Amino acid sequence: MAPDERPDSVVVVGAGQGGHQTAASLREFGYQGRVTLVSAEDALPYERPPLSKAYLKGTADEAQLWLRPATYYVRQSIDLVKGTVTGIDPAARTVRLADGSAYDYGHLVLATGARPRVLDVPGAGLRGVHTLRTARNVDALRAALASARRMVVVGAGYIGLEGAAAARAAGCAVTVVEALDRPLARVLSARGAAHFTRLHQREGTHLLFGQGVTALHGNSRGGVDAVELADGRRLPADLVLIGVGVGPRTELAAAAGLPVGDGITVDASLLTADPYISAIGDCAAFPYARSGNRLRLESVQNAVGQARLVAERLTGSPRAYDDLPWFWSEQFSTTVQIAGLAEAPDTEVVLGEDPDAYSVLLFEGQELRAVESVNRPTDHIAARRLLGGGIKVSPADATAPGFTLKGHLASHRGGASG
Amino acid sequence: MPKITYVAVDGTEQAVEVPLGTSVMRGAVLNDVDGIVAQCGGNAQCATCHVYVDETTLDKLAPAAPEEDEMLDFTACPRRPNSRLSCQLDVTGDLDGLIVHLPERQN
Repeated sequence: MAPDERPDSVVVVGAGQGGHQTAASLREFGYQGRVTLVSAEDALPYERPPLSKAYLKGTADEAQLWLRPATYYVRQSIDLVKGTVTGIDPAARTVRLADGSAYDYGHLVLATGARPRVLDVPGAGLRGVHTLRTARNVDALRAALASARRMVVVGAGYIGLEGAAAARAAGCAVTVVEALDRPLARVLSARGAAHFTRLHQREGTHLLFGQGVTALHGNSRGGVDAVELADGRRLPADLVLIGVGVGPRTELAAAAGLPVGDGITVDASLLTADPYISAIGDCAAFPYARSGNRLRLESVQNAVGQARLVAERLTGSPRAYDDLPWFWSEQFSTTVQIAGLAEAPDTEVVLGEDPDAYSVLLFEGQELRAVESVNRPTDHIAARRLLGGGIKVSPADATAPGFTLKGHLASHRGGASG
Repeated sequence: MPKITYVAVDGTEQAVEVPLGTSVMRGAVLNDVDGIVAQCGGNAQCATCHVYVDETTLDKLAPAAPEEDEMLDFTACPRRPNSRLSCQLDVTGDLDGLIVHLPERQN
């Protein structure tokens, strides 16, 4: 039996969605040993997706973000420890915290998450320059928005665009600067990107593509007052939001001698090179079951799915991680939902004539890899079932007259016709 | 605050007061009621906040919107005519006295 099975205690480092779920699932699956959940944040474990939406806009308070109330952790005997882990001793199977305390572990789960990438230009440390990752970040950003007149957002990813939307709602003038030629380039098709560009323009946000930022300039009081672009232009700004992505928090793993690339390297069962240490969620680079490529995903679904898998393994039911990725975002009452993952799509088929409600099917060769649905929840649900159930869809299928994902699903389930 | 009763699979009842403007899902989470996962945080994306509404209190609710209706096909336990996603049930004064039964599992 592998050494990691049925440990007498589990320490989870990081109390984001993945860390919380690991502890919760261990108890759900009947784990009786000691469970310690170490949180570096000054809050009960909470959901991050609303941070850039309802919480930034002030329509949800912090208690509405909590994954569970304080009583839950007491009732489930989950020892929620506030502190920063400063080191792992893999030989002694101990983690050390900044306050000098130490915890022995039978198994260690690294759910350390990710941190915002820093914009490496002069002036990045000026007052008025914000990032958006934690509830405290958003408290500061919301307070700044109350008096800001001109915000520049650097980076047109989900965080940047959602921040821009909230700032528009607060009456602030907003310019988004993106180095690539379109928004959401890493996560959305060109058609989806064009759609979101139109949406934000319609709401009065100014978008600049293909523009690098070379410096942030400040006033005599140390506050930011302009953003300088590669072409020499200066955009006036009293508030700057940096949304140029996140990087995995791998330092603890690397210092413990574990292999690390873009994320902590884990195998299909989410174990690191040390059989007593797993890694999950935003910080973990795992082999994607559908392609074999090593990748890292930043999503609630991935964090929760991987947490559950580790909890299953630690309670005696090991398996390989093959959950279908899915993701959603909402901006200005437009919902985009993505099922699957297209690493190198070579064919696209669009379903739906409505420019505000359609799905893009992304193929690699003859194989459907992902479906991106805008305001088409029926397609999204069917896509999750098709991709998750291994039901084939070819480009020829998808371009046949009358094709729908739901119809295709029905015709492949025990001969049912609808 | 409206009072909502959550009935566990074993028949245990928890009657709690749920703040107006939240949801039946959030009411369970805030009051530490087990049996609702709510992985997506209340966006009708994951079907892990599935409840069976007690037949005697069904008339307190408006029918499901299309998004909820689609997602109800994705529940871990079988969908029944009284199945709802509790994240889509907004708490208003009308919901006082609502009784929901929790399914055996959500994942």
